[in-house]
Amino acid sequence: MADEGAVGAEGVAFEMDVEAGKIREFARATLSSNAAYMAGEHPVIPPTFLTTTFFWEERAPGRNPWPLVHLDPQRGMHAEQEYVFHGPPPRAGTRLVCRSRIEGVFHKVGRRGGRLTFAVMVTEFRDATTGALVAEARMTGVETEKPPEAGP
Amino acid sequence: MSARWEELRPGATVPERRVGPLTRTDFVRYQGASGDMNPVHHDEVFARAAGYEAPLGVGMFHAGVMATWATDWLGPENVRGFKVRWKEPVWPGDVLTITGLVARQTEKDGEQRVEVEIVCTRQTGGIAAQATAVFVVPPATS
Repeated sequence: MADEGAVGAEGVAFEMDVEAGKIREFARATLSSNAAYMAGEHPVIPPTFLTTTFFWEERAPGRNPWPLVHLDPQRGMHAEQEYVFHGPPPRAGTRLVCRSRIEGVFHKVGRRGGRLTFAVMVTEFRDATTGALVAEARMTGVETEKPPEAGP
Repeated sequence: MSARWEELRPGATVPERRVGPLTRTDFVRYQGASGDMNPVHHDEVFARAAGYEAPLGVGMFHAGVMATWATDWLGPENVRGFKVRWKEPVWPGDVLTITGLVARQTEKDGEQRVEVEIVCTRQTGGIAAQATAVFVVPPATS
């Protein structure tokens, strides 16, 4: 059962260095061979690259407020993910300051009548040098009333 | 080389991209790159205990492939937004087809932009994910 008290909770800000090797590894894993990622010292990031905050937030506790929502991992799914860039996406060599907050918890009735609980976390990415807001990520998770359907 | 504004009217498109049959290796390579090591996507024993018959596809993996299709068309440095919604699970052995088209042309802050709708379809015809991406279209230089 999701904890609506988590709404407004903020994680501790953390730094993320945008690295060329990580960009190339990520591009390859998403089946890209685009020269914009694979060549040059300062490649631009792929559109979904900021998901690699995983590596940076796990280095210290309190950076990721998502667990405070307590969606049931057995019935939880990633429902929606959005990235917004306020200008060209950041390039390798940029240091970003990242901060996540729980934006909301809400309920809907699903197509099959079950109650669905949604939770939304927003992460802001600021240029560590200028303080400018570079990008935002919005993650929506859903918890179903019954376990999701199984099987290929 | 990016597409030009005049060519990007609503309905404009480029050839589809087909990927697969997907393997557990595709999922693991993505997980290692992204840092999301949820075992449900690679550990057969864990996935079965969670009620699945096989490791569940990584939604962010095929979201990333959808983004790859779009950036190959419209230019990696031109992206300004990408939003994906997952509709049904993907499994090892699936063949995914990425298609999409320009939904609308807009202007913001003096920049010309296109909104592109992208669909990821399984070999069953089921829709695995839908995305909307926003790209700026730089003025032609030649």
